[in-house]
Amino acid sequence: MCLSIPSKVVQIDEQTNIATVDTMGVQREASLDLMAEGDVAIGDYVLIHIGFIMNKIDEEDALASLETYKEILTAMDEEERQNAILEADRCEGS
Amino acid sequence: MGLELKNLYNDFRDAKTIKAYAKLIAQDAKKLPRPINIMEVCGGHTHTIMKYGILQLLPPNIKFIHGPGCPVCVMPKERVDHAYALAMQKDVILVTLGDMIKVPGSNGSLQDARAKGADVRFVYSPMECLKISKENPTKRIIFFAIGFETTTPMTAALLEQVIKQDIHNILVHINHVTVPEPMRVLLSDDECNIDAFLGPSHVSVISGSKIYEEFPKKWGKPVVVSGFEPVDVMESISMVVKQFVESRCELEVQYKRAVTYDGNLNAQKLIAKYFEKAPHFRFRGLGDIPEGGLKLKKEYDKYNAEVIYDAILPKEEIDDHKLCKCGEILKGKATPPECSIFGTACKPNTPIGSCMVSSEGACAAYYKYGNLL
Repeated sequence: MCLSIPSKVVQIDEQTNIATVDTMGVQREASLDLMAEGDVAIGDYVLIHIGFIMNKIDEEDALASLETYKEILTAMDEEERQNAILEADRCEGS
Repeated sequence: MGLELKNLYNDFRDAKTIKAYAKLIAQDAKKLPRPINIMEVCGGHTHTIMKYGILQLLPPNIKFIHGPGCPVCVMPKERVDHAYALAMQKDVILVTLGDMIKVPGSNGSLQDARAKGADVRFVYSPMECLKISKENPTKRIIFFAIGFETTTPMTAALLEQVIKQDIHNILVHINHVTVPEPMRVLLSDDECNIDAFLGPSHVSVISGSKIYEEFPKKWGKPVVVSGFEPVDVMESISMVVKQFVESRCELEVQYKRAVTYDGNLNAQKLIAKYFEKAPHFRFRGLGDIPEGGLKLKKEYDKYNAEVIYDAILPKEEIDDHKLCKCGEILKGKATPPECSIFGTACKPNTPIGSCMVSSEGACAAYYKYGNLL
């Protein structure tokens, strides 16, 4: 399922232009190459797609979304949950 | 598993909101001058609509037509055959995104190529090509790039790195498609019965909502750009219905938390640097779409697998299976259960048509969640 769970930026490596983000407790890396320099800071909420930060989202909106996703994910089994969080299951779409 | 609606969202904090929207939509729908057909362009929305049984919550005068916004579903067989032919080259590692695994070409899928010994790798992000190229300096890494405007800048970012790091063993094969062109083609069809659109979420994050301006203005079709969550979709449907009731025809954004009018300008710059409109792109099921896809600019020929491997790439256009109704389904002229092979010869494990291949295809969604209808 194609979701857009907000992720929080926890670290930025300026050398490689890669951020470490936290998506509902799962940490992973995401490229900052689509964002303007200095646009994203630690603590920002972002949307990620296939390993890239696509944009920033307002914190209040992000927290509201996360509430909804917590409930959606609770209804899933473990594998589906991992997939959903990591977007690993097929969403190259729109 | 036996899906029941109540298990799906009865415990939701959002269940109340979803039900409230259902009520509001039902009330407003009574004032509709005529029944309306809304097309959700994006496969992600199709998935949400089916999974959460949203069709069941709507009054009978609001129908959905499932659109072509699933890059795998619209990938014509001849392009899959390109991927297959490239993968079968002895010194090639073909890299692509996960959804391409099962898409049937005329010789088989990439999974079949793999079974025959081809080195095909399905990655989460195009950037993984950089690592694969370093680990395999004697091989040629070909990234088979798919997707709408959402994934195009990521391919551009990969090329940016390839050039910056002066990497010589990475090529790309471009199959990027665009959203407005097929929408235009659908609307030009005499039999088109689309009254309004739900605009894609992720595409719009990159492109901005500006790409849909023409649809209310020139075509007289309202567009509401929607988020992915069930509540988002319900709110967007409500916004569409309100436009009809109030005789408005506008571009509106429900997904304001992520979509701006201009989109991600930085990503758009990257796209413009590497890509230009292809004169044509054949969409599976829809046929030839003028300027429906992108191609790599000529100055990047040395990174273009289509140019470099021209001699071994099949040139023939291949039509869909005669019994498959994907084309009509993508045009909103048929629903999956109206296809004679749906659920019998054509299932998610043995897909004949492209709408069954991807979890975002209308047929796959109906197959999985159809018991909710």
